Amino acid sequence: MSRPELQAPPEIYYGDIEAKKYTKNTRNQQIQADMTYRALELLNLPPDEPAFLLDIGCGSGLSGEILTEEGFIWAGVDIAPSMLEVALEREVEGDLFLQDIGQGFGFRPGSFDGAISISVLQWLLNAETSHPTSSPPHRLSRFFTTLHSALRNPSRAVFQFYPSSDDQIQLITACALKAGFGGGIVVDYPNSNKAKKVFLCLFVGGGGQQQMPKGLESEVEDDARARFERRRERVRGKDKNGKRKHVKDRDWILQKKELYRKRGKEGVPNDSKFTGRRRRPAF
Amino acid sequence: MVRLITHNLLSCHAKGCTTNNFPLQFKDAEIEHRDAEFNPEFIRGLLPKIEWKALVDTAKGLGDTSLPDEQPEMMDDELLKTLHHVLLEVHIEEGQMICPNCNHVYPISNGIPNMLLAEHEIA
Repeated sequence: MSRPELQAPPEIYYGDIEAKKYTKNTRNQQIQADMTYRALELLNLPPDEPAFLLDIGCGSGLSGEILTEEGFIWAGVDIAPSMLEVALEREVEGDLFLQDIGQGFGFRPGSFDGAISISVLQWLLNAETSHPTSSPPHRLSRFFTTLHSALRNPSRAVFQFYPSSDDQIQLITACALKAGFGGGIVVDYPNSNKAKKVFLCLFVGGGGQQQMPKGLESEVEDDARARFERRRERVRGKDKNGKRKHVKDRDWILQKKELYRKRGKEGVPNDSKFTGRRRRPAF
Repeated sequence: MVRLITHNLLSCHAKGCTTNNFPLQFKDAEIEHRDAEFNPEFIRGLLPKIEWKALVDTAKGLGDTSLPDEQPEMMDDELLKTLHHVLLEVHIEEGQMICPNCNHVYPISNGIPNMLLAEHEIA
């Protein structure tokens, strides 16, 4: 299935029905909660200091509820009225704004102690009209510049998002750095297809004091890495029947595909029981 | 749920509107009071961010005269409680916010202000 951001603009995609569906889905709730906790961890706020946070793309307030639980006061912006309506029904604690983040914010300088945003940035990467203010770089720049001034010095902003290519990551980071932010991309579980999560971790000020956080790695240690063994050289040559072994067998194919996935190559076919299976003879 | 805390941080963001764009003026405001948990530390931490004069003027416009005109040097518990009430417990549910400079109207419905701009107003 194609990504939702490719189907329609957010305020239309998240209509009444989709907004309810999204909020009720327990799997969504779980994922959203996990990412919010991780984002808060990356925000690295000083403990025991009540902070005022901005939730960018707050939607129905799934992550806002967690912010409230954790003792933060927050304000949220979103462009989908239906989502905000659901948020009102759920009686979330934060102040809500109907706002297009690509148009920039009007918050006064230094208003917020930090900002988080879960699964939002990818929505900024599609142009809806041909007007010059609708181009993704323009919207990204406007967004990052106004956000930069709205944040306190020093502070952080953490965005989880779903990039569909390396070019998108580059465009977003370039716009953010141009707006005056420091920082960059943190990838959790980079070698896993499902658990992989991309976070954009931006710093305001701090004079080089801020340290880039490390991405999480999977628990399973990769100790299966082969050391060099001469024995192997012999094995490859011939099998026990004296026939030459296939060089590009199933294992080799799987290994290659895994490598391409790690490198982020697009369109690598899925693994299945048919992978590398011999075809029937031609006649 | 526009509270005065966010209103005090909000200025107009339309194209070319860079001076005299704060604070936005309330019009036809319908107010609701809702209790919130009192957190003196948070209020103290917030004080440097608050524009005192704008806050007092807005509160007066909404019929709340409990704050002194000048920001006092010392903050006692009594004052923090009043601040807490004004900042976090007064909700504007319906009405409009109008930019004093470019007269852009941000309508508030159901407690949610509509901050969307038309195409020609985007900077």
